[in-house]
Amino acid sequence: MNTSDKKARIVLENAGRIDPLSIKEYMNSGGYEALKKALSMQSSAVVDEVKRSGLRGRGGAGFPTGLKWSFTAPLQGQKYILCNADEGEPGTFKDRLVMEGDPHKLIEGMIIAGYAIGASEGFIYIRGEYYASIEKIEKAIAAAEAEGLLCEKVLGKEFAFKLSVRKGAGAYVCGEETALIESMEGKRGNPRVKPPFPGVSGLWGRPTVVNNVETLANIPYIIKNGADAFRKIGTEKSPGTKVFLLSGKVKEPKAIEAPMGTTLRQLIYDLGGGLAGGIKFKCALVGGAAGAFLGEDMLDVPMDYDNLLAKGAVLGSGVVMVLSEKEEVMPVLKNLMEFFVHESCGQCAPCRTGNKMILDLLGRIEAGKIAAEKGFEMILKAASTMKETSLCALGQSPILPISSALKYYSRELTIK
Amino acid sequence: MSERIKVIVDGKEVMLEKDANLLSELRKAGYDVPGLCYYEKVSHTGSCRLCVFRRKGSAKLETSCTVAVCENMDIELFTADIEEHRKNLLQLILASHKHDCMTCEKSGACELEALAYRYGLDLDSEIFPSIVDKTLKKDKSSPVLCYDPQKCIACYRCVKACDEIQEKHIIDMDGRSFHTVVSAGYNEWGGSDCDGCGECLQACPVGAITSKTAAGKGRHWELGSVITTCEYCGVGCQLKIYTKGDEIIKVEGVDAPANRGRLCVKGRFGHDYIRSPERITKPLIKENGAFREASWDEALDLAAKKFMDIKEKNGANALGGLASARCTNEENYIFQKFIRSVFGTNNVDHCARLCHASTVAGLAITFGSGAMTNTNTGFEDSDCIFIIGSNTTETHPVISTFVKNAVRKGAVLIVADPRRIDLARRAKVHLQQRNGSDVALVNGLMHIIYKENLHNKEFIEAHTEGFKEFAEVIEKYTPEKVSKLTGISEEKLYFAARAYAKAKNASIIFSMGITQHTTGVDNVMSLANLAMIAGQIGRHATGVNPLRGQNNVQGACDMGALPNVYSGYQKVVDAPVKEKFEKAWNAKMDDKVGLTVVEMMNAAGEGKLKGLYIMGENPMVSDPNLHHVEESLKKLELLVVQDIFLTETAKLAHIVLPVTATLEKDGTFTNTERRVQVIRKVLEPLDGTRNDWEIVADLAGRMGYKMGYGNVWDILKEINALTPIYGGMTPERVPSGLHWPCPNAEHPGTPFLHKDGNFSKGKGTFKPIEFKEPAELPDGKYPYTLSTGRILCHYHTGTMSRKVDALNAYVKEGYVEISASDAAKLGIQNGAKVKVASRRGEIIITAKITDRVVPGSVFIPFHFVETAANRLTNDALDPIAKIPEFKVAACNIEKV
Ligand SMILES: Cc1cc2nc3c(=O)[nH]c(=O)nc-3n(C[C@H](O)[C@H](O)[C@H](O)COP(=O)(O)O)c2cc1C
Ligand code: SF4
Ligand code: SF4
Ligand code: SF4
Ligand code: SF4
Ligand code: FES
Repeated sequence: MNTSDKKARIVLENAGRIDPLSIKEYMNSGGYEALKKALSMQSSAVVDEVKRSGLRGRGGAGFPTGLKWSFTAPLQGQKYILCNADEGEPGTFKDRLVMEGDPHKLIEGMIIAGYAIGASEGFIYIRGEYYASIEKIEKAIAAAEAEGLLCEKVLGKEFAFKLSVRKGAGAYVCGEETALIESMEGKRGNPRVKPPFPGVSGLWGRPTVVNNVETLANIPYIIKNGADAFRKIGTEKSPGTKVFLLSGKVKEPKAIEAPMGTTLRQLIYDLGGGLAGGIKFKCALVGGAAGAFLGEDMLDVPMDYDNLLAKGAVLGSGVVMVLSEKEEVMPVLKNLMEFFVHESCGQCAPCRTGNKMILDLLGRIEAGKIAAEKGFEMILKAASTMKETSLCALGQSPILPISSALKYYSRELTIK
Repeated sequence: MSERIKVIVDGKEVMLEKDANLLSELRKAGYDVPGLCYYEKVSHTGSCRLCVFRRKGSAKLETSCTVAVCENMDIELFTADIEEHRKNLLQLILASHKHDCMTCEKSGACELEALAYRYGLDLDSEIFPSIVDKTLKKDKSSPVLCYDPQKCIACYRCVKACDEIQEKHIIDMDGRSFHTVVSAGYNEWGGSDCDGCGECLQACPVGAITSKTAAGKGRHWELGSVITTCEYCGVGCQLKIYTKGDEIIKVEGVDAPANRGRLCVKGRFGHDYIRSPERITKPLIKENGAFREASWDEALDLAAKKFMDIKEKNGANALGGLASARCTNEENYIFQKFIRSVFGTNNVDHCARLCHASTVAGLAITFGSGAMTNTNTGFEDSDCIFIIGSNTTETHPVISTFVKNAVRKGAVLIVADPRRIDLARRAKVHLQQRNGSDVALVNGLMHIIYKENLHNKEFIEAHTEGFKEFAEVIEKYTPEKVSKLTGISEEKLYFAARAYAKAKNASIIFSMGITQHTTGVDNVMSLANLAMIAGQIGRHATGVNPLRGQNNVQGACDMGALPNVYSGYQKVVDAPVKEKFEKAWNAKMDDKVGLTVVEMMNAAGEGKLKGLYIMGENPMVSDPNLHHVEESLKKLELLVVQDIFLTETAKLAHIVLPVTATLEKDGTFTNTERRVQVIRKVLEPLDGTRNDWEIVADLAGRMGYKMGYGNVWDILKEINALTPIYGGMTPERVPSGLHWPCPNAEHPGTPFLHKDGNFSKGKGTFKPIEFKEPAELPDGKYPYTLSTGRILCHYHTGTMSRKVDALNAYVKEGYVEISASDAAKLGIQNGAKVKVASRRGEIIITAKITDRVVPGSVFIPFHFVETAANRLTNDALDPIAKIPEFKVAACNIEKV
């Protein structure tokens, strides 16, 4: 897969440039310097620096990372740092690029995170099908161990840290942090009721910070260059870069690391090279399965957490799936609902029943068995109750793609 | 005490208990918050989402069943939008649920049906078409349950009930999304280890899990119900029995202190025997070797005349009676009164002799009171539980769940048992002692406790006597020596001794594996020593706890159905006691201790005992050396048996009297934890049968002694007056389930005995006890050690349980457990017939190869008359308690 160039590269800085398995090359390009610096600081100062950087979780929800750490850091006893590398979102492969192209960046980020929150053990929960990622990360861990970076006294300091890989159980919902924890505990991957949040009671009931790969891959940069340098990139409330994943009817699907706030137009046309065959843009599903369809009027909205939210959309994992004028929305919607039906863990009533209900209703509308208007009224009723009452974000998701699709394409969807 | 704090609900202030579950508190405060997945007894799931609320100022809905009441709560609970979401949720749930309410077993008691009605769901309108997955098939493979996945709302209640309450973890959720179903594994329910306790059935809010035995027998609203005490084992579970007309339809566990709503398969599904066509309804008189029907007058007159003749000719001590651990307190009381006043002898006993006589004797000597010191549910709070000689999972199923709950909470479980019983799997150590080496084992543990200075010096000093002499004996039981005698590694001995002694609160549980030995009293006294040396007695969740077998074996003992004591363990040899009873009963009492069960059999065999009156016992299956029992009973001049069936024993009788069954009468039972509980009439008695007590009173009248009771409560009042430990157990108070001693009407009862080391007899007595080998050891001719016992789904001599289809579906006939290596050596296949022989007899029985028994040992459940284990057992007796050695006999096994 290609990665695009543009000035700001943090997460994918080394990917494709250095030998990912050579810890020497990583070090030669400044790797593990951030760790040295972090270990010379008070752990609370590390948390503060991350807080000041304004880094927000890249796993989808955009929760401020420093704030998350600051809940767990003061707690006593055994704590864990857990890296979420389950990456089950269709069309997403950004975490894989990091793990395969620059595994030490993630490892360095995790050690720093472990130090900051006071965790002596970390786990990287990698999607089961990511064989190459698993292999590379495991090799990189071994190399880091050999360098004294993962041991009883990391870099000779009074800080013990060990790291290991866990293989994912193969369900999208296992990427939800509490389901991931359940799965790590050897149980069925069902999300837990929150609160308590993992930061207070996570893996085996101990305080646990869960962060996405991309989130953690930003940490070395922030520590090494300081929060201010990081804040210079991106927007005020969403500093830094984002790895966008351009797919659909574009010339070439690819991962693009660009500053937060890049517009859809810039991404598709400037960085991505436009639509395949130069066909006219219809809309894009931004943010993944739980995202929103954005039409032409949204091409110039800066894409970061808050600006998209203000428009009723989400950044999610950064997937941008482009539809050309020649495609219809209905099949995409049905595809999405099939995905949700398939991925619902079945634990809570609204999601267990609602997804299937919506999928069936879409089929009925399509087959003309039910008036579209009436059908969509029922669909929205189900989806809104799902949104309000579902136990985890998966069941809360369908409302956004559905309502945004309706907003733009009610004519197309209802007049058949 | 819990603190109540202010919570604002929809603008109104209410006081709720801080830190308690919000949903539960709201419901208690009168808010009818809907919710289908919350089940108070298990951890919350939050799956139905119906109980949602919103904190003021928050945009999010939360589930009230998953949060605790806390300060500054101001919530919206019944706003229009929340109610709308609830309605939508219900519509969705209903769309995914096969709602065939008109034929559903659950209709009328279904929580979903009730909510659908309450929210006025419109099934007609097109709102949410059915999305039921029609491909999902019913699982009907369990003998007692039926699971319909198309009705399952995936609420997890059953899964958690099986796991967290019953600790069995048989079922789990399988599949995902709208295919989410309950599964008992790929073998289905019937092929799993499910034992049919029905906890899941009771937990299911809808008709997804239903009772097979209730199917088609009545709709919920047509059923009447009565709360009563289980007629099977000594746990004393409280049952809510639903009936329709003359039929028992279904049973629910009642949330009572003895069982907290839990039941086992017998209590839940085991009552069908009551309408078995084999019930007898006419008195029978044997003539020329065959029975003929007779009137009550004829039968009772004949019995009265013949008993009087024997008394006249051979004296009162030529007569005797066997009372019954199955009958009520009132009946046992009346019976022993009859034997003592009308027969004029102390020859009265019952089958407690065969199970816990050594307990009563051993604990009376050491503590002054021969009963379970603590409570059923108290085990849950123990930090260490030492179980020896009790296969609790099968014999006291519901108590075993409290033990397992304790283990889940972190208690250390130590199991000492020659067999690898179920609880051994949950134990930190399993001490697999050689059969009959218990005294050595317990002495060995005490040796370690003493040598490691873990003994409770203060307790010993302040509350006991005899420690010095006792210590000299345990000194000799070094770990090396004990390891040799018992076959247990020293390491395990150390672990167990330390864990028990160091625990904050440790309990000892034992049962027949301890008592049914020629050294039964020694075994029991050793355990009493153990509790005293560590000071693990006299507090909640500690003590020495003999689990009593039958429903009312404790009560039968309490009521004086024993040859040496009147009710309340008042000794027959005590002159003032005798005087008191002579005055109260207006008759002359014998001041000599009477004969025990086995002694009566011997006396009958020798022709010294000529007349025997048996109320509801079946010694022809339960007693050791059955061949001898049969010979003896046949020698009697008069044998009168009253029972609900023509049992093996009744068949040998001259006169048989048909009685009402437990579920057809009123009275009280005393369960294993000394709790007196009420039994209530569930069905009308069968025509022609009479209550045991009425028969006894009638017979007394015909023998010239008047017993003028109007009902059972009159009898209880007499018990109150003459029995200090039951003094306060008045008819008005018994429904609250008090533990004896309860001397007066103000007394709250005594959940645990010997409070703070104040033993019933003053100071506790250490008894130095040396190890002795069992009476019969394996030898060349009989090389295997035979042990006998009970299994979960049958009861005692099987007269009731073996007439229940559901129970027979689990185990139909007897078997002998044998280790794989012995089986291989003898060329025996699993399921093959084998001959098991001892010095006393032989039986042909099916072999079951299992790792539960160690090589060299075999085990046979005693419930099955065709393969009666007691044809083989040894009637060698403990010298004090006269209990036979059921647990060790030498036997031989051959292929047939
Ligand atoms: C259904 C579902 C799937 C998710 N999958 C992922 C995933 O594959 N990777 C990920 O990092 N976060 C995933 N998340 C988000 C995580 O729950 C969690 O918010 C995230 O790992 C936190 O890391 P961050 O703060 O670094 O973003 C998922 C959430 C949901 C509801
Ligand atoms: S919302 Fe869906 S995925 Fe999440 S817990 Fe409920 S059923 Fe499972
Ligand atoms: S009947 Fe009892 S053992 Fe069987 S599945 Fe239900 S709860 Fe579990
Ligand atoms: S069988 Fe009943 S209790 Fe179990 S999950 Fe289904 S509906 Fe709930
Ligand atoms: S047999 Fe015992 S455990 Fe089972 S229900 Fe009856 S009293 Fe309870
Ligand atoms: S009762 Fe609270 S979610 Fe079901």
